[in-house]
Amino acid sequence: MDNIQETLKAERQKPWREEIRKAIKPKDRTSMQRVKMPEQEPDVRNKNHKEVNRGLTEQMAVKEAQRCLDCANPTCISGCPVGINIPKFIKRIEQGEFLESAKVLKETNALPAVCGRVCPQEVQCEASCFYVQKLKKDPVAIGFLERFAADYERNSGNISIPEVKKKNGIKVGIIGSGPSGLAVAGDMVKWGYDVTVFEALHEIGGVLKYGIPEFRLPNEIVDVEIENLKSMGVKFKTNFVVGTTGSVDDLREEGFEAFFVGSGAGLPRFMNIKGENYRRIFSSNEYLTRVNLMNAANPDYDTPVFSGKNVAVIGGGNTAMDSVRTSKRLGAEKSMIIYRRSIEEMPARVEEVEHAKEEDIIFMNLNNPVEYFADENGNVNRMRVQKMELGEPDSSGRRRPVPLEGSEYEVDVDTVVVAIGVSPNPLIPASMPELDVTDWGTIKVDQDSMQSSVEDVFAGGDIVRGGATVILAMGDGRKAAAGMHSYIQEKAGKRKS
Amino acid sequence: MNKIIEKEQLNNNVVKLIIDAPRIAEKRKAGHFVIVKIDDKGERIPLTIADADAKKGTITLVIQKVGVTSHKLSLMEEGDILTDVVGPLGNATEIENEGTVLCAGGGVGIAPLLPIARAFKEAGNRVVSVLAARNKDLIILEEEMKECSDELIIMTDDGSYGKQGLVTHGMEEILDKEKVNLAVTIGPAIMMKFASQTTKKYNVPTIASLNTIMVDGTGMCGACRVTVDGKTKFVCVDGPEFDAHKIDFDEMIMRLGAYQEQERKDYENYLETL
Ligand SMILES: Cc1cc2nc3c(=O)[nH]c(=O)nc-3n(C[C@H](O)[C@H](O)[C@H](O)COP(=O)(O)OP(=O)(O)OC[C@H]3O[C@@H](n4cnc5c(N)ncnc54)[C@H](O)[C@@H]3O)c2cc1C
Ligand code: FES
Repeated sequence: MDNIQETLKAERQKPWREEIRKAIKPKDRTSMQRVKMPEQEPDVRNKNHKEVNRGLTEQMAVKEAQRCLDCANPTCISGCPVGINIPKFIKRIEQGEFLESAKVLKETNALPAVCGRVCPQEVQCEASCFYVQKLKKDPVAIGFLERFAADYERNSGNISIPEVKKKNGIKVGIIGSGPSGLAVAGDMVKWGYDVTVFEALHEIGGVLKYGIPEFRLPNEIVDVEIENLKSMGVKFKTNFVVGTTGSVDDLREEGFEAFFVGSGAGLPRFMNIKGENYRRIFSSNEYLTRVNLMNAANPDYDTPVFSGKNVAVIGGGNTAMDSVRTSKRLGAEKSMIIYRRSIEEMPARVEEVEHAKEEDIIFMNLNNPVEYFADENGNVNRMRVQKMELGEPDSSGRRRPVPLEGSEYEVDVDTVVVAIGVSPNPLIPASMPELDVTDWGTIKVDQDSMQSSVEDVFAGGDIVRGGATVILAMGDGRKAAAGMHSYIQEKAGKRKS
Repeated sequence: MNKIIEKEQLNNNVVKLIIDAPRIAEKRKAGHFVIVKIDDKGERIPLTIADADAKKGTITLVIQKVGVTSHKLSLMEEGDILTDVVGPLGNATEIENEGTVLCAGGGVGIAPLLPIARAFKEAGNRVVSVLAARNKDLIILEEEMKECSDELIIMTDDGSYGKQGLVTHGMEEILDKEKVNLAVTIGPAIMMKFASQTTKKYNVPTIASLNTIMVDGTGMCGACRVTVDGKTKFVCVDGPEFDAHKIDFDEMIMRLGAYQEQERKDYENYLETL
């Protein structure tokens, strides 16, 4: 830790930083207002699939960067799960050196254009910003700036491809191509390993592709990152389910020396209430996969999706927000969120909740479904809902919702999307009985090296944490890469001696 | 990318495709299926692996024209490429020496039944098979089924071949005359429902292999969910085979129709473009 602090300090004392810092008085910096993200108008955007946030202009970005005080003790960094050198990348923007800024991001974050869009900054870096902590003002828009620098670099056509060490010929296998797998792949290939990523689906990217919609994270952005990894030498094998198409044992025989399991939390949960298997009741995974991965909303594609006029989405997380906003874009007249806690307790990113409200989404908080009804064809047409009130705090610290006796009522619906969470993908644990898992089905790992109970198998992301976030998955990936690297080096050392 | 090596028209509506897929051919067992996506704009559909040749690295799929994708597949030719084939998926059939196994297949369900009947035969069972379809043309793979069956009964709705009647009539004929230890049924959901009711009367344990709607085939979406013994199960990862006497077939039949209207429209539109 001391080491990192020292480096940060030395960086901060470089002449260019000093110069930028002195260019504007702190008082003038703090009197500026936080930038507003240019957005598509709500009643326009809720009818198309294009990205809602349009990105900051250069001018806006430089101005916002000027608000950052370049604190001697940058608390924001401690709020970032991968420890991005935040003041440094922001000061590069203030300086107008946007490509340099992107380079700073990439020192620690393999997917800045993604994270700038989907990280819950309001509970991470921005929550620990000096403006929030000490001045009680709006934080520096770190997320918007991260996105700006990454987009600038991508659009410039001058993407910096990290240097790749001489190939060492050692094969490593990455299982799953979500953010955790991509992060491991990026690091391992840089260090000279022969990296193959195995993905069960026909597309690379995990949740970034099949889950998070275009209007929040265009696929094109993820594809550029994947192309970069390819040009660094990472091999991708789609349509390969590790455990069935080939087992980890088979891959060991084919010469793979270590593995990273980033297979995610793919198994959708249902509430197991009456009528939940009626037609037109979907898991959010099915609904979003049809639209995002399979392009069902585009008539040129063969996959169908049903999306009606009265859509109820059950849940309060990002997945619920993505589903309900998708339903609006597919033509719903009434798109409702039904969530058993209050709006303040919804786990979704604040920006998504705000955007959803602007897009005419109806929020039915402190409500919980108890039963579904259907017409003679089995198509859902009504649901019974129960009102809730908040009781004592539970283990998560949030107040526990308790049903209000006699408060049940019915709502007309023709489509229901259940977005109440996911469980760990069971494919890998099921195919490797020797792997230690928790009662929840998540893989047990060493906190530092991410090594599992099987020596050559490392794991991270949602398969270790249950449902978490993109940045935590990537952070795990980077730790696991370091863990794998030292495991392989040690083994090689032993072989030599 | 998987190449079509060979194509055979089994009848007007059913084609057999032999596809290059070495990894799958090596790993697959009776009961497994694959998910196929034919081109960049295609949908993902599940197809049971009817046969495989590990040496040649090929798998056999049998496809009945019922909608846009299966129709497009039936029009593909030798040398054409399928963009995506993934598998083997699902759990393989548990093959043991049970004694006598009754295999009841309906229509295109005969194709996935074949490898299972073969495997039971190889495990030393007496295999008795009943194949049923609407008419003579729709009975497929008769020769192959004959080879692995000690006795074979053919039933057609219209009596154009074999005996006239439903699959259940053929099954009853067997069940009345000999002790059956296990029954396996694959075919249209409604047929499996009645086949299952029949064996229940005779107290014969029965497995059915389900062909629900699927998207990913890896347990991620829940499109394939069915109720078995009062609990929700995912056919792609918990199945595709279940204890037939515990399956809620009515719910399954209802769910199978989820996209019927839309698919019929799409199919009609598609047929017009041909
Ligand atoms: C709709 C939605 C919205 C979200 N929004 C946000 C957000 O705004 N911000 C945020 O930070 N987080 C968000 N999340 C959470 C975030 O996406 C996940 O935490 C993150 O993607 C987890 O990454 P991962 O690498 O662990 O796995 P995943 O992204 O889940 O990828 C796992 C991959 O592994 C593949 N796989 C599984 N088993 C096998 C196997 N046996 N062989 C080969 N491949 C296999 C899967 O097909 C999948 O592609 C959201 C999630 C969803 C579903
Ligand atoms: S097909 Fe998606 S879970 Fe079974």
